[in-house]
Amino acid sequence: MKCKGRDYMKVSEIAGILEAELLTGEENLDMEVHCACGADLMSDVMAFVKENVVLLTGLVNPQVVRTAEMMDIKVIVFVRGKKPDEKVIEFAKDKGITIFITKHPMFIACGKLYSSGVTGRGVWD
Amino acid sequence: MGLSNSIIRQNYIIPADDFSLAGEASSSVKKMLNQLGVPPKTVKRVSIAMYEAEINAVIHAGGGTADVAIDKEKVLITINDEGPGIPDVELAMKEGFSTAPDSVREMGFGAGMGLPNIKRYADKLDIKTEVGKGTRVQITVLL
Ligand SMILES: Nc1ncnc2c1ncn2[C@@H]1O[C@H](COP(=O)(O)OP(=O)(O)OP(=O)(O)O)[C@@H](O)[C@H]1O
Ligand SMILES: [Mg+2]
Repeated sequence: MKCKGRDYMKVSEIAGILEAELLTGEENLDMEVHCACGADLMSDVMAFVKENVVLLTGLVNPQVVRTAEMMDIKVIVFVRGKKPDEKVIEFAKDKGITIFITKHPMFIACGKLYSSGVTGRGVWD
Repeated sequence: MGLSNSIIRQNYIIPADDFSLAGEASSSVKKMLNQLGVPPKTVKRVSIAMYEAEINAVIHAGGGTADVAIDKEKVLITINDEGPGIPDVELAMKEGFSTAPDSVREMGFGAGMGLPNIKRYADKLDIKTEVGKGTRVQITVLL
């Protein structure tokens, strides 16, 4: 992955590209992201083994946060403006997981990140 | 690693009622393995395999129990349930085979990838099942 000569992008930059709103997890804004996983199937997420991953998904239930926890994914972006329940946000907060929402639909959100240089793939692809 | 010859054992109840909370047992085990200093990659393999099996017990079998035994060589996870059992294990192991209801699919599960995922991440997967009685899924991950 190349982001203007670097091989990572900061979480805050990802948020900027996606015009995303932060719901919880300010502490991870300076963290480095190496690749992104766009999925609405939790089993696809569980097949995506990489470090420093941002997850984009259209699902907003607590199992998304649980799946991220299991995969050591620290950043979740809910696409198409879907807002999770307060209890999902609390759950993420407990786990130290950052949550954003973006108005962009999945395809556009992934496209924006990809064309900005977030091109890393999962190991099993 | 901080593991001596002793065996660490933990038991968990996997409740049936609330799918949205499923995964508590796997979450505890993940924390414990991290505290024991198990390498992160190994922790992830155990976490994923156990989580898939835990979710299966909730979705397909009305909950169950999880027993975890850790020694110097391995993590052994046994998930027991008294659900309907699996009529054809070979078929259930196939990628894409699922009997999950729509309510489960709406939450991002039910792709028929859980058992294949467990097999991929575990060093050993053993399934004993009897229709009408229940299922025992045993996962071994070597340390
Ligand atoms: N503990 C169990 N009790 C009864 N049936 C089970 C159990 N575990 C799995 N099965 C059966 O095996 C099938 C395949 O399981 P698998 O975990 O691979 O897929 P899934 O749970 O349907 O979907 P996914 O895991 O992708 O969310 C299930 O749909 C179900 O019919
Ligand atoms: Mg499953």
